[in-house]
Amino acid sequence: MRARLLFYRRLRSPLHATRAGVSVLWVASLSAAALLLYHPVALLVLLGAVLCAGAGAGVGRALARSMRAAAFLALPIVLVNVLVSRQGLTVLARLGDLGPFGQGDLTLEALLYGAVIALKVTVLFALTTLASLSVDPDEMLAILRRLSFRSALTASLATRMVPVLGADAQRLAEAQRTRPQGAPRGATARLGVLTAVISGSLDRALDVAATLELRGFATAPRAPRRHRAYSRHDIAFLASAAAVLGVAVLARATGTLAFSAYPEVHARFGAAGCALCAALLAAVLLPFADRRGIDP
Amino acid sequence: MSEPLLSMREVTYTYPGGDRPALSHVSLDIHPGEFCLLAGLSGQGKSTLLRAACGLVPHFHGGRFAGTVTLAGLDTRAHGPARLGALAGVLFQDPESQLVMGSVRAELSVALESRGAGAAQVARGVEEVALALGIDALLDRPTHELSGGEKQRVALGAALAGRPRIVLLDEPTSQLDPVAGDELIGLLRRLNQEWETTILLAEHRLERVLHACDRVIAMQDGALACDSDPESFLAWAAREQPALQTPAAKLFALAGLHGAPAGVRQARARLRAAGLLAEESGSGAQPAQPPQPRGGRRSRRGRAAPALHCAGLWYEIPRGPAILRGVDLSVRAGESVALMGRNGAGKSTLLRHAAGLLEPTRGRIRAAGRVALLLQDPGDYFIHQHLAQEASPEALAAAGLSEHARRNPRDLSGGERQRLALAIVTDGHSAPAVLALDEPTRGMDRAAKAELALELRRRAGAGQAVIVATHDPEFAAAAADRAVLLADGRVIADAATSELLAGGWYFATETARILGGAGGALLPDQGAALIARLAAERAQAGGPTPGSVTAGAIP
Repeated sequence: MRARLLFYRRLRSPLHATRAGVSVLWVASLSAAALLLYHPVALLVLLGAVLCAGAGAGVGRALARSMRAAAFLALPIVLVNVLVSRQGLTVLARLGDLGPFGQGDLTLEALLYGAVIALKVTVLFALTTLASLSVDPDEMLAILRRLSFRSALTASLATRMVPVLGADAQRLAEAQRTRPQGAPRGATARLGVLTAVISGSLDRALDVAATLELRGFATAPRAPRRHRAYSRHDIAFLASAAAVLGVAVLARATGTLAFSAYPEVHARFGAAGCALCAALLAAVLLPFADRRGIDP
Repeated sequence: MSEPLLSMREVTYTYPGGDRPALSHVSLDIHPGEFCLLAGLSGQGKSTLLRAACGLVPHFHGGRFAGTVTLAGLDTRAHGPARLGALAGVLFQDPESQLVMGSVRAELSVALESRGAGAAQVARGVEEVALALGIDALLDRPTHELSGGEKQRVALGAALAGRPRIVLLDEPTSQLDPVAGDELIGLLRRLNQEWETTILLAEHRLERVLHACDRVIAMQDGALACDSDPESFLAWAAREQPALQTPAAKLFALAGLHGAPAGVRQARARLRAAGLLAEESGSGAQPAQPPQPRGGRRSRRGRAAPALHCAGLWYEIPRGPAILRGVDLSVRAGESVALMGRNGAGKSTLLRHAAGLLEPTRGRIRAAGRVALLLQDPGDYFIHQHLAQEASPEALAAAGLSEHARRNPRDLSGGERQRLALAIVTDGHSAPAVLALDEPTRGMDRAAKAELALELRRRAGAGQAVIVATHDPEFAAAAADRAVLLADGRVIADAATSELLAGGWYFATETARILGGAGGALLPDQGAALIARLAAERAQAGGPTPGSVTAGAIP
């Protein structure tokens, strides 16, 4: 009966037991690594590490499902790069006149570079999904509230309204299915359902606005700072974030995991690269090994 | 007497675009520590009065406003809801629209934080309100995963977190099962008695609250029609607005007893004093026996083939709980069945299976024809601009809505919306074999409920199998012959309504609770007949006559 939307739930996992600020820092560090690294093997290792981290956080299935959506994003990237790139030397096929793109060839370099960029986007997509599933939005907003309470509350409200409106739409669709003729079909009927959902959401938004008004939203001052001791998981994920970033910077600075696509593909992957990939994997996954104190 | 906490003087208010005032020359004072019940049929101005008390009218809704409202000395024309919200906690009917944060803890914190409370104050406020309302176990749960009753409690907690001086509640029990509803009223009474929190509560099921309140304010056409103690209100209702009479008051009136009681305890005390309690009078009318579970097997032996038959029905959510656990249930054509149980017992899920909206994970479900299902919110059916586009002319005529054919469905009154939704789901070339209704009386006043009960009786009389999920024992008794009690996805009792609704504390009508289930009397007319019989027996034995039982006779 529930829509398959991605919402945060407090699960029993080291990542969920970590304070939101540290979790976001950890995700940001992995994202920076994804941006710094170009070697496809390193990116594949990072993607694998993120998926394993999702499994360790108890959101593996949802994360795997989201990879389908990532594929829709990744494939056009490869396609567009193949069409617009003119730099590769290894021609796999002559594509002839490509209309607005002019004369084009399918080159191994353009294909590989497109795939690397698509891989980066996929890693970033997986990290965003992992963050939305495992970082407490209320805690995050409590941090943002110190900057702007009203913006944070508005963002929180928008977050909260997603499942509510999802449930409304589901209820409305269910009601239409109980009509003797079944749910009305055709564009006009669909427009009618959409209008009903929108007008219902406006009514609901009015009620929510009244509630916010009564809770003093309009007069809210700057939120106070809260002090909380760092837990073992906070420390572990902070260390992990530093290690991941360190490995990525080291790989980039030393050229150990160097990769260039144009004009010809050039990739280094020796024993040092292998060691850095192993270090990257370990740095991401080690905090998940400690399962103490993870109960909500 | 102390200064009034809430004071209204000659308040008249018309909503934007409204053609008549929603409030008309309302003047009243509510003093600290009072527990006031706001009574009235739908659309008489109860919700508007509550919104005027907290400043939402006119600041939020706009419209034309005249008169003065002061809350703790603050004039609502000069101070908006944001300022007044610190003094008044407000709980509306739909908790879904009042939960704005992702987790319960954040929900309870937000009102305090937005008023600038320090971290320690916020933490203490959250802990205290959570403990007071018994929701401490929910603090780390996401709000969108809570049940209806839990959401209502959390919304109440959010309203109380700032320790307001007055709490304004608009039909807070309408979505709650009888147990949760009674718990909520008990909780409000405790807040009122222990912390002197002033309560102003609008409610249709007066019998739930009347015994707990000090004062009743009845509204009619936007004006105050009665403002008195509960007993005087009941006397007024008997004269002027019989639709507001509680079942206990109606029972006494029909039995010819003077002095309508405000609750079960008072009613029993008076009947006991007059020797008219069947269980204590030695009469042959004995309390109902506890009903026994009755599965599909017994029903299959019935005369007619079932219109709806469920056998060993299971519904298990993947990686989630089992909602239905081996339900066996048969409903014959022409039979009307009330499906009862606590929030989350599986009633709605069972009805969705009957209508084919859900597939069972195990077990079978068969229907002799089409199953029409009316879901909880009639507004969910309306997707067109005019009634004529929603249902056929015949269906509109049968629902008595032909004259509104060109109107927008969303402009109809609550009762009319319900009738239109019923017309939509039962429309078609052939009548449905089964009519299933999910909580159809939510937010309805007593008059509209009585009308719906009659309609369901008519449909059952015409051969349809009627199955209605409800939390309202009075409605169940009026609309159904048989009641099925679900708990944790299982049928735990299945019996005639006169058996099942007569012997309980929660799933029992007020008449049955007063009479201790004697003679299976559920409704005031049945109870009055029983009392009349007992009185006759007593008169033969030389006891007092019913009319001599008065308020003054209470021991």
